[in-house]
Amino acid sequence: MEKFEKLTAIAAPMPLINIDTDMIIPKQFLKTIKRSGLGVSAFHEMRYDLNGDENPDFVLNNDAYRDANILIAGDNFGCGSSREHAPWALLDYGIRCVISTSFADIFFNNCFKNGILPVIVKEEQLTLLMKDAEKGSNARMVVDLENQQIETSDGEIVQFNVDPHSKHCLINGLDDISLTMEKSTSIDDFETKMAKVKPWV
Amino acid sequence: MAAKTLYDKIWDTHIAHEAEDGICLLYIDRHLVHEVTSPQAFEGLRMTGRKVRAPEKTIAVPDHNVPTTLDRLQGIENEESRIQVEALDANAREFGLVYYPVDDVRQGIVHIIGPEQGWTLPGMTIVCGDSHTATHGAFGSLAHGIGTSEVEHVLATQTLIQKKSKNMRVEITGLLRPGVTAKDITLAIIGETGTAGGTGYVIEYCGEAIRSLSMEGRMTVCNMAIEGGARAGIIAPDETTFEYCKGRPNAPSGKTWEAALNNWKTLYSDDDAHFDKVLTLKGGDIAPVVTWGTSPEDVLPITAHVPAAEDFTGGKVEAAKRSLDYMGLTAGTPLQDITIDTVFIGSCTNGRIEDLRAAAAILKGRKIKDGMRAMVVPGSGLVRAQAEEEGLADIFKEAGFEWRLAGCSMCLAMNPDQLQPGERCAATSNRNFEGRQGRGGRTHLMSPVMAAAAALTGKLTDVRTMM
Repeated sequence: MEKFEKLTAIAAPMPLINIDTDMIIPKQFLKTIKRSGLGVSAFHEMRYDLNGDENPDFVLNNDAYRDANILIAGDNFGCGSSREHAPWALLDYGIRCVISTSFADIFFNNCFKNGILPVIVKEEQLTLLMKDAEKGSNARMVVDLENQQIETSDGEIVQFNVDPHSKHCLINGLDDISLTMEKSTSIDDFETKMAKVKPWV
Repeated sequence: MAAKTLYDKIWDTHIAHEAEDGICLLYIDRHLVHEVTSPQAFEGLRMTGRKVRAPEKTIAVPDHNVPTTLDRLQGIENEESRIQVEALDANAREFGLVYYPVDDVRQGIVHIIGPEQGWTLPGMTIVCGDSHTATHGAFGSLAHGIGTSEVEHVLATQTLIQKKSKNMRVEITGLLRPGVTAKDITLAIIGETGTAGGTGYVIEYCGEAIRSLSMEGRMTVCNMAIEGGARAGIIAPDETTFEYCKGRPNAPSGKTWEAALNNWKTLYSDDDAHFDKVLTLKGGDIAPVVTWGTSPEDVLPITAHVPAAEDFTGGKVEAAKRSLDYMGLTAGTPLQDITIDTVFIGSCTNGRIEDLRAAAAILKGRKIKDGMRAMVVPGSGLVRAQAEEEGLADIFKEAGFEWRLAGCSMCLAMNPDQLQPGERCAATSNRNFEGRQGRGGRTHLMSPVMAAAAALTGKLTDVRTMM
């Protein structure tokens, strides 16, 4: 997993609430057996018309935002299906950070496993960041995970919270599985105990 | 000892390791696997030379991609779907998993066959790379969806890195009125809380209306906990639960059954246990409901009218405008005037035997509207067989429904069962998102009896007028 330390990038505004994972990556792209290559299909139905041509009204089709690495989105981003194809598609597109007032639980976890930082901010902070993002490609936002803060193009600072374990893994690009395997003795002991207490499991 | 909720009790008995920073390794008793969210996880194991730690607790079945037409055993035509199913076949063999292939009569939707085969039992922790894993909470187990990276983590370690959720209690008091079902309960709750109302919580459903539901109905309620944003839904086990589990192929028997039963009877929330959030609805106030928009929270009683975007506040105004436009609906239209092109009965929400019985009772001796496309997709091969034995299949076929093989089918339209742009569907599934059932397709969620009524009249219909 790629490390996430400090990101200075264009932020694309997507004020719609309840952007679900079917919107982020529709079902026809879930048939892949790989993690890569989904970026071109991210937000497919909003991004392309029925002929496959770009929909000019969609934010990432606006030249100012094509190279965005940050999304500023409405409430409850990533709701619906558990498909990790959603963060894979965002990552493959180049999105490393999503900022919203709230995220659906599974999507939120999936982001951390893929080097994407999901940031929860208050409503007035989202409004501020949304306005900054609307300035287009001349504006750069700085997301600093170490110091847990976002700096707008005007130098305004928004602080955010992040779970210390997730932060540690993201900053160091750590793989969860190897960390857990270091605790395999505890898992062995638990299994041995449970085999006696609950033999039906 | 401090009073505990049911969720607290299951959580506490599954901690395999707790670090100083409070991060827990939750031991996983059952891991369900399907073809769409697992190939990258198995690839990860191969690349790192890791094994599946507990293959005997890992149950795999193809369901999302499989065609449901009768000719499917001749092979899957869509190449990508076929490759994904073949990948699961190969992974199940290579890693020695419990496996129900496409041609096994026990194949079906993963959340239907888990309980059916007795893999799902009270007090367990159950995960699957699928958000509707919440279904299994109906047995008093802690069950939730995970992403593919977590699938790989569970395959390799049989644990999940977890932080505890908060406790929420949803009580449905009294009994339901005729024509009102478990689906109406779960939709009505989401209508009340919104799709983010449960975020950060595990919801325990309780109250007389929940207690009087069958296991099938309880599974329908828990299935859609995720649509309310909750990590999981859970219902304390009781005699109904034990009766359902007894004699299932993988349930314990003899002395072990007795020991299990003694343990399961301790699985309830203590009287003075603390819930961080509480919602109470009266069962008698719940009407048959349908969704009008593109979020499962867009719920109204069938007797209501299409709302206007201005009826809402905040970000929901824009979202409602977009929904009404997508759904091709005008504010003020009575919901019962909305005409339907397609009816889909099935899915992990409503593809069980009781759902088919209820729909068939409405359809018996009647014909669906001319030109209507209607299909029943049983949740498993065994549900299908039972429905045939009970004569339900004949009722559906005589009414004009297609009688399909088991799979997820039109719930998410990964197989050939899809809506065309603008096509409007009465569906017993769980999501009405834009494009969910096919690009441009318009989905109205409802119960099996309401879907059956819509098939007969060609419009959204109050089933109570047909009973």
